[in-house]
Amino acid sequence: MFDISGKQITVGGIVLALLILFPLVVTSPFGQHVAIITFMFAMCGVAWNLMGGYAGMFSFGQVAFFGIGAYASSFLLVTFNVSPWIGLMVGGVISAMLAASIGYPCSNLRGHYFAIATIAFAEIIRIVFNNWKLVGAAEGITVPMLKESVGNFMFHSSKLPYYYIILAFLLIAVAVCYWVSSSKMGYYFRAIKESHDIAHVLGVDVVRYRLYSIMISAFLTSMAGTFYAQYILYIDPESVMIMPISVQIVLVAMLGGANTVLGPVIGAAILIPLSEYSRAWLGYKGTGVDMIVYGTLITIISMYQPNGVWGSITYLLRRGK
Amino acid sequence: MDQLAQQLVNGVLIGLVYSLLAIGLTLIWGVMNVLNFAHGEFLMIGMFLSYWLYVMAGVDPLFSIPINAVALFLLGMLVYRFIISKVMKGPALAQLVVTFGISIFLANFAALVWTPNFRSIEHTLLSGTWDISGLKLSIPKFVTSIGSVATSLGLFCFLKKTRIGKAILAVEMDREAAVIMGINTERINSLSFAIGSALVGVAGALLATHYYIYPFVGGSFGTICFCIVALGGFGSIEGAFVAGILVGVVQTLGGYIFDPAYKLAIVFIMYLITVWIRPQGLRGW
Repeated sequence: MFDISGKQITVGGIVLALLILFPLVVTSPFGQHVAIITFMFAMCGVAWNLMGGYAGMFSFGQVAFFGIGAYASSFLLVTFNVSPWIGLMVGGVISAMLAASIGYPCSNLRGHYFAIATIAFAEIIRIVFNNWKLVGAAEGITVPMLKESVGNFMFHSSKLPYYYIILAFLLIAVAVCYWVSSSKMGYYFRAIKESHDIAHVLGVDVVRYRLYSIMISAFLTSMAGTFYAQYILYIDPESVMIMPISVQIVLVAMLGGANTVLGPVIGAAILIPLSEYSRAWLGYKGTGVDMIVYGTLITIISMYQPNGVWGSITYLLRRGK
Repeated sequence: MDQLAQQLVNGVLIGLVYSLLAIGLTLIWGVMNVLNFAHGEFLMIGMFLSYWLYVMAGVDPLFSIPINAVALFLLGMLVYRFIISKVMKGPALAQLVVTFGISIFLANFAALVWTPNFRSIEHTLLSGTWDISGLKLSIPKFVTSIGSVATSLGLFCFLKKTRIGKAILAVEMDREAAVIMGINTERINSLSFAIGSALVGVAGALLATHYYIYPFVGGSFGTICFCIVALGGFGSIEGAFVAGILVGVVQTLGGYIFDPAYKLAIVFIMYLITVWIRPQGLRGW
């Protein structure tokens, strides 16, 4: 099923070993926190890439699925004492179903129209959660403290378990993306991206495969949302449902290189530490200097690295041979 | 019933301002296929410009309209020349994202230099309300709407009657044909971006007469404007005008009938339903 050469396995194994050893070397909590957030956004970027990079549907509303994932597990845990792991699956299924129900009417939308529709969708979700008393409205949900264990998806004494869980999640996302991109579905996605009409004429069920890509993407993003809720232990609409998160996800994918499996991971590895450290160094006074730097960064990336770093790296490697 | 009529009037008044904002946005979108996410932040800069002219030089917002228009025209030209034109050749995604960067930069920069506080202009030439048989009409809001309509009409005439205006429309319809006809599309791009921004400058001065002025004011206007533009249809000036009024009315009436907290959600739902039925928008092709 996977067309991987021996060399790739060696390189991948080494990288994986380094990632597993990383938190044992970098023991500062902030360093580990940055790594965790990086993996989380890398995962979201990989998920975005499935619909944005491969199928050409630029979503600026991924935060809706992220937020639903966070809310589903937290709500079930607070109200019915359901394990966050079950909440993770429930959130994923709800997100995928919602994605299908919004993706279906939008299946004729292309380009900017689709992008605006996703923004509108995410804003509706945010406004609803901001006013929905059952899920805490604007006050949000505080996840109750449980005994730390893998079963409870909660750890207090160390960030290490969170690190390994999100690393595993990221590997799942990458595997899914790799499998999709090398399967028939991946070729359908690319055909749809190139031209709806031609793909349709060639016998691709455009509506169905667009829905598949949105649903897989929503499920993975929702998983990241559940992780975030269990990691931070407090969520409200202003922290898990605002548009800047969607933009961050798009940027991660674009900076690394949309339309490549590992591009978003590279993008996250560059962008997230930059933004987390600039927030830590410049943002402590609440003056927004970190956001000014961030805005400048986005503009510069779009101007000078629009095809992504991964694309440039592989280009250089190929030319070097 | 009176309440309903009152809300209807308020909806039309704010809708006309939306129209003006959306026309600027749709001009840019139609001509160069760029969604300017920094449109709301340009509005914020226009409002602050009027504010500072008032505070420092005592210029009434109404008289700062031409100054605003020229200043934002130049700002638009510079932004196009040094940033947008660079990404025009790049992938579509970069064109979408670059204006996000500009908008985050502008809003936070304004918050840094002017503090995030809410301000307003206290004594303008316009104040008070007219009372027309029970229907209350706020004078600054009324004048703002009239000014917006006049500006929209002015732009419409400019596009239809002048040579440059016709060239802009030609590029909007078919870029390649326009190039063959000897139109300098690069100049048209920069001009359209500048004109779109100048319209926002005018709207900023008009809104400064009665609206709160703060660095993040652009955000709420920005998202609504995208919906209006897409609702009106790709690059359609008339479409944007009609959709602006529609959104204004739906927002105020929806907020009045259901719950003000949901007024934006209602607008977005209306948008999604419309594009479901007509993916190309009301007047698009």
